[in-house]
Amino acid sequence: MPYKTINAIALPTLLFGVLIAVWSTVAIKIPGFPTPMETWNELLIVLSNPLYDNGAGDQGIALQLMSSLKRVFGGFALAIAVGVPVGLLIGMSKAAQTAFNPYIQILKPVSPLAWLPLALFVFKDVDMTAIFVIFITSIWPIIINTALGVRSVSEDYLNVAKVLQLTPFEKVFQIILPVAVPFIFTGMRLSLGIAWLVIVAAEMLTGGLGIGFWIWDEYNNLNYSHIIIGIILIGVVGYILDTIMGFIADHFDYRKRGRV
Amino acid sequence: MSTKPFLNIDHVDKIFPLGKGKEYVALRDVKLEIRENEIVSIIGHSGCGKSTILNLIAGLDTITKGVILLEDREINAPGPERAVVFQNHSLLPWLSVYQNIEMAVKKVRSDLNPKEVRDHVIRYIDLVNLDHAKDKYPAEISGGMKQRVGIARALSIEPKVLLMDEPFGALDSLTRANLQDHLMRIQMQTGNTVIIITHDVDEAVLLSDRVIMMTNGPEATIGEILEVNLPHPRERLTLQHNEEYLQCRGAIVEFLYSKFAKHDE
Ligand SMILES: Nc1ncnc2c1ncn2[C@@H]1O[C@H](COP(=O)(O)OP(=O)(O)O)[C@@H](O)[C@H]1O
Ligand SMILES: [Mg+2]
Repeated sequence: MPYKTINAIALPTLLFGVLIAVWSTVAIKIPGFPTPMETWNELLIVLSNPLYDNGAGDQGIALQLMSSLKRVFGGFALAIAVGVPVGLLIGMSKAAQTAFNPYIQILKPVSPLAWLPLALFVFKDVDMTAIFVIFITSIWPIIINTALGVRSVSEDYLNVAKVLQLTPFEKVFQIILPVAVPFIFTGMRLSLGIAWLVIVAAEMLTGGLGIGFWIWDEYNNLNYSHIIIGIILIGVVGYILDTIMGFIADHFDYRKRGRV
Repeated sequence: MSTKPFLNIDHVDKIFPLGKGKEYVALRDVKLEIRENEIVSIIGHSGCGKSTILNLIAGLDTITKGVILLEDREINAPGPERAVVFQNHSLLPWLSVYQNIEMAVKKVRSDLNPKEVRDHVIRYIDLVNLDHAKDKYPAEISGGMKQRVGIARALSIEPKVLLMDEPFGALDSLTRANLQDHLMRIQMQTGNTVIIITHDVDEAVLLSDRVIMMTNGPEATIGEILEVNLPHPRERLTLQHNEEYLQCRGAIVEFLYSKFAKHDE
């Protein structure tokens, strides 16, 4: 085995040992804190029956994750549907940029959770509220990156469009989008990452279903090992989401299709 | 060859506003008549306004005063009858060589059916001898090949005038000579009207029927016009010792480095 491969396995394993040691020490110092072994055993139990459904508030871990993912993808899809056209408009029109910019700058730094009570009041529905919060989370990076992509279209390409007398529609699809798509996907990848962060907090507040709710529920049940399991699973799912998005992004990036 | 001007640049001024009420007079009273099938080169020191003239003819920039007529029709917007070959080729990097040309053909020749489009594209790829590279992407081919694709794309839409802004400026001298030969051969075959901007004296004499020499800016205009009375096809090797060639060359060098020398470059 090459030296590099040995390192790639040995170093994380070593660090894993250290983490387990720290964790065990914490578990000894704080009464009731689950030990690594207890947590492992609980994990096996949780994963052994991930799809059970005893009605509202008592469902298997896979169902909880699925309902969180559904909300994330719902809000994310809405954000793409609105954000990409708005980003294209802002990128192509100076007037649109001037009109939108102050609002984007002011709304972007607002925590999406601040919208949650308002959404709850308007929709009176937990699912809709969570989807709306994810929508508000996801839309800013998508708008900003799409507009950035449009503005990075070089003057030369636009001159080609002018000489060929492309219609605005043809210009968008044949010149602007091919350049902007990699930027749009960068925005989408950022958005999805933040959306996955935000959904956990949102579900702790809305309750009912979802991985965020599950963690909070297990806190109320004094079932602390499940909180740790929740953290690990959220991390794993987030990592998988990011990898898939990166994969899709590369696929649509003309610069990465086997050429420089 | 008809005697009425094919392309008529009639007392054209170009003034760039610089903001705060300031302005830069780039061109003043430029008059030039170009015949059909002619190859004309425009030569001058950098910054004198060569690209500005070309952009006005292309319709990519607006004329401040005067008018440019192509076959008696006023030019006020870009259009495919005036194809442009840009200095940096400006091929679309996400399309292959074939697709870059096809995109132009599909747009401009909407009368062709798919098979005719294909034949048409292939014909122009063959014209620049790039059949072997037709499925490659711009990033995979050399600078000289990219420029040939740019020429093929421009010619494929069968323009009335081919406008070239220092098309070989970014290339090494061997590649440059090779492309000049390509261009001369293609012009013999297609009989295009070509306006080529250059700052290379030899290129100007070798390629053109007339060399337009520009004075320095601001308020640049046409200083002298030189007729190059050498028959086509031209052979760069035999021209080296040709009287007419050497005289033309001398006249341009005299203009650029004595009469309108620019000392700050
Ligand atoms: N958009 C513009 N705004 C202001 N000045 C310009 C603009 N474009 C060109 N100029 C000026 O006009 C002059 C001629 O430019 P150009 O035609 O590009 O010269 P060249 O002969 O090198 O092609 C230069 O001094 C340049 O600075
Ligand atoms: Mg120039």
